[in-house]
Amino acid sequence: MTDNELIEKTNAALAEEFELDITLLTPEASFKDDLGLDSLDAVDMVIVLEQKFGIKIGKDPKIIQITNMADLYAYIIAKKNELAA
Amino acid sequence: MRLKHVVITGLGAISPLGTGADQLFTALKAGQSGIDRVPELEKIGGLGPRIAGLVRNVDPKQIPRKNRRSMSRMSIYALLAAQEALAQGMVDDITRTQGRLGIVLGSTVGSAETMEAFFKEYLQSKSIEHIKSMMFFRIMGHSCAANVAQSLGITGRTLAPSAACSTGCQSVGLGYETIALGRQDMMLCGGADEFHPLTAGTFDIMHAASTAYNETPDQTPRPFDTDRDGIVCSEGAGILLLESLDSAQARGAEILAEVVGFASTSDTSNIANPDPAPLTDCMQAALDDAHTDITDVDYVNAHATCTIFGDEAECRAIAKLFGPDIAVSSLKGHLGHTMAASGALELIACVHMLRTGTLIPTRNLDNPAPECSGVRLLRQVEHAAINTIIKNNFALGGVNCTIALRRYTHDR
Repeated sequence: MTDNELIEKTNAALAEEFELDITLLTPEASFKDDLGLDSLDAVDMVIVLEQKFGIKIGKDPKIIQITNMADLYAYIIAKKNELAA
Repeated sequence: MRLKHVVITGLGAISPLGTGADQLFTALKAGQSGIDRVPELEKIGGLGPRIAGLVRNVDPKQIPRKNRRSMSRMSIYALLAAQEALAQGMVDDITRTQGRLGIVLGSTVGSAETMEAFFKEYLQSKSIEHIKSMMFFRIMGHSCAANVAQSLGITGRTLAPSAACSTGCQSVGLGYETIALGRQDMMLCGGADEFHPLTAGTFDIMHAASTAYNETPDQTPRPFDTDRDGIVCSEGAGILLLESLDSAQARGAEILAEVVGFASTSDTSNIANPDPAPLTDCMQAALDDAHTDITDVDYVNAHATCTIFGDEAECRAIAKLFGPDIAVSSLKGHLGHTMAASGALELIACVHMLRTGTLIPTRNLDNPAPECSGVRLLRQVEHAAINTIIKNNFALGGVNCTIALRRYTHDR
């Protein structure tokens, strides 16, 4: 899966889970300010992404620091690369 | 000690008979049934009832996701009913959110459907890693009350009684007492439940569920009828906006009826089967609270769930207190048993009966049972000047509740 495909799949999963207009899911979009997501949504986001990509995130301190889509894309891509290595 | 008079200024209903309090009363007057066949129940081994009264045509997405994410169906029904009641009461945003308004709203249990989903995952995986954050907010005992309070910005007290079939009636009673004591100016009061095989199955296990009319669902349940064979479980939400008379008059709100008495007593003779004497005592206590004589009561809206023992016990209790001429009916024949919502939905119907002078008869009462015939069972719509109504609900666990309602006249 290419990086772009990962990004598209991430966007589709989050748009469905949080009933978001997919056009809002841009790299610069902030979870809180632009997408209206809060800390409880972030918990569910982890579960959705784990199931979508078959990765383990759990309570990874790195994911807790992420507040926008660009950093989330980078995190998912890195996770998938770890798995592939 | 009652410091304030308590009136009703708003109604909201979501039921198997449709959306809205007006629709509920229209359907009741027309003698409609909310009971349908539910094919999914046929897949459950050993379950007798294949019918239920389900809420149709409610779009949950009219509620913003941020509020809806913590709601099961019962909270969705409750919020929509609460919004209707507040709209009818013309409660503005400041009044709603600045502490004058509280809420007392309960359900029989938290969302059984969500509990099923949790344990399905948990028992299979022996893990909580895939459990989403909102599940518990749908399961907790005060889920409906908390969700409605959060969604509407209610900053007064949030109470969540849970007394099965008496929940709605008890909520209205507790709201009445809260306002009468001057603790809140207004309270949203009621009950809500969502259908799940847990409830239907529980009554079936106790031989108290209707099973003989699966092919003709609109012919059951049958309150007071010789051929009654038990409860039909339903779902929905009923909400009444209670308010102090002072507050309603100061706001210029339309007053729909007055709550004049409430009693809640315990029957410790049996956890499931009611005894007539405690039922009589409960009704008498509500009349005492209302400072009302039995001769002032025009009509009793019975709990009457269509069980063999329950309907007989209630009729005997009513007959003992009021004598043979008191008009009695049950709305379970139309609605089924909406459980925690039943008291509130039936009280909403009673408010309409008071206002329109129209008594709704019992549906499916074709052959009154001899053991239920000690009172005047209504079998057709009657029109009369109605001033005082007694409303009963009696629950598993021996929780009895009675509310006394009075028509509000402006020339008091």
